[in-house]
Amino acid sequence: MKRGISYTQAFLTLLQRDLKIAIRHRGDIFNPLLFFVLVVTLFPLGIGPEPQVLSRVAPGIIWVAALLASMLSLERLFKADFNDGSLEQMLLSPQPLPILVLSKVLAHWILTGVPLILVAPLLAVLLHLESNSYTALILTLTVGTPVLSLLGAIGVALTVGLRKGGVLLSLLILPLYIPVLIFATSAIDAAGLNLPYTGQLAIIGAMLVGSLIMAPFAIGASLRVSTN
Amino acid sequence: MWKWLHSYADPERAYKLASTLLPWFAFSAILLISVGTIWGMLFAPMDYQQGESFRIIYIHVPSASMSMAAYMAMASASFVGIVWQIKTADWVAASIAPIGAVITFIALLTGAAWGKPMWGTWWVWDARLTSELVLLFLYLGVISLYASFEDKVLAARAAGILAIVGVINIPIIKYSVDWWSSLHQPATIKITEKSAMPMEMLAPLLINIVGFGLMIGAITLVRYKAEILARNGMRPWVRELAKAEASK
Amino acid sequence: MADNNQQQVLVRANELTCIREDRILFDQLSFEINAGDIVQIEGPNGAGKTSLLRIIAGLSRPYAGEIQYIDTDITQCRDEFNEDLLYLGHLAGVKSELTANENLNFNLRLSGYDDFDSYDLLAKVNLGGFEEALAGHLSAGQHRRTALARLWHTNCKIWILDEPFTAIDKKGVEELEQLFIKHTQSGGCVIMTTHQDMSLITDEVLRKIKLDYRFV
Repeated sequence: MKRGISYTQAFLTLLQRDLKIAIRHRGDIFNPLLFFVLVVTLFPLGIGPEPQVLSRVAPGIIWVAALLASMLSLERLFKADFNDGSLEQMLLSPQPLPILVLSKVLAHWILTGVPLILVAPLLAVLLHLESNSYTALILTLTVGTPVLSLLGAIGVALTVGLRKGGVLLSLLILPLYIPVLIFATSAIDAAGLNLPYTGQLAIIGAMLVGSLIMAPFAIGASLRVSTN
Repeated sequence: MWKWLHSYADPERAYKLASTLLPWFAFSAILLISVGTIWGMLFAPMDYQQGESFRIIYIHVPSASMSMAAYMAMASASFVGIVWQIKTADWVAASIAPIGAVITFIALLTGAAWGKPMWGTWWVWDARLTSELVLLFLYLGVISLYASFEDKVLAARAAGILAIVGVINIPIIKYSVDWWSSLHQPATIKITEKSAMPMEMLAPLLINIVGFGLMIGAITLVRYKAEILARNGMRPWVRELAKAEASK
Repeated sequence: MADNNQQQVLVRANELTCIREDRILFDQLSFEINAGDIVQIEGPNGAGKTSLLRIIAGLSRPYAGEIQYIDTDITQCRDEFNEDLLYLGHLAGVKSELTANENLNFNLRLSGYDDFDSYDLLAKVNLGGFEEALAGHLSAGQHRRTALARLWHTNCKIWILDEPFTAIDKKGVEELEQLFIKHTQSGGCVIMTTHQDMSLITDEVLRKIKLDYRFV
């Protein structure tokens, strides 16, 4: 009996498993996406259809909706594994927990973050976003949504064992999302005015690196508390 | 150092330490706050620009500065609790959180009350007020996470992790909010440049800041003692203590 | 158990205290589990059997005390301990969206093995023919067997099993008992809870840790 599984293989095995499960359980992918689209379509109905007004608030609306959609979809990140005992097996696996956790978050981002990025330009059209802001929108979403997933996963890990997680989760993680929101929307605004926005993008990138390094440990520690 | 710290991992010793410290904190807090507040409210010179309303500074600034300090203290206690697995340190964090939230709320309230005569409106999205509001949310998160767990030993550990995550994020949030407000605020609404405060105005302020710190310390100790008793209700030493109290 | 090389202490509990919602489940509990032991944790419902198993596995932290794995606190040597630990809890850790084969493959790879024949292992737990069936469509017993199949391919010494015989038929129980005996004879140990009577593992081989429910 040989134990020849490397960290990379363990990472990929878990990634593959999570993707497979999600594909057999498609609703989980589409519901948050639908929520994202719905929230965005509500705004023109709420504040009026004037293109000038909409294009002024479009970056903020799209990003706030993305924050909410990300939070909503994250709620299920560890729930199923917690309920059927797989999570315990992961905690007791000889593979380092931060690597396994990172794999789960990546799978989750591929399933929920990427569709969000793909559908965002469509919503930008609905909201009359400045045409020169599109690249900035896609770039900020690409760099920013993984940060949301990583930070959000901490909150999810802390609440996975609780029966009433939902509202609590928003209180735990939305304040942590504020910096991403600020820099992302300002990057899109800057792009709309033909100003450089690499600075804002670099800051979001730095947040991504920071959360990639630190969040897996916090998530792991939180999961150990939650399964206690 | 760690030996010294570890000896207070025992709830009974931590309880005794808290009982010894409490009167010192309480008396010095009462003394400093009364001196600082009376001096500030009645005797300190009036600000020539803002008139009497500036005196709210003697409540606002101490509570605002202590709201951040209390979060730091909470996160430090959680850090000790998690790294060295000391339950009594987790409980310190759990005892600070509600006090920190109240102090933050006071800072917000006095900030708004000060804003009314200054800016003509109760609320402006000023960088400091916004950061303070986010801080309040962070506190509320810790408190409600703690309240949601039935097992309070676990609750304290979970809240501790959240406090540490929060403390890493606070500088980032603060920086981003400052940057955001510099981007969006027209220059007209801005707190008057910190002119050199004359000594007679500054001294009561400093006294009150220290006094508020001590007051938070004292209330934390009271809550901490209650927390230890609640977690150790079935321990023999708590029962003896209860008997001794009852026979008094 | 007179054999000298079997006297190695694998797991030692030092003055464990477990408190759940203001009730002391056990206090200052100490014991040693040697290589070659089959240990059953006994006690009425609510006495803390599962809590004790989870504490030994390192999933729960005791209120006070520690678990040692070969003389080191398990929180200090989690990786080494996990390499040597096979824990199966109440919940089987089997995903209903995956097939029996996929489940076993994943669980074994998660424990680090890459040299196994999962069809062969599933045949050993009488799941031949069900390899590609979704676990969600299997019966409770088959579900359980999917998880138990790991026991046939492991080099972990410490097995911690919470009610392993639940939903398993008589013949299956006997096969498991044989496996436990073989495992302990080759230097491992089994720590478990069960409500069922065992036929092969008699009271002479079985060590018991009794927990009783009490009010303070």
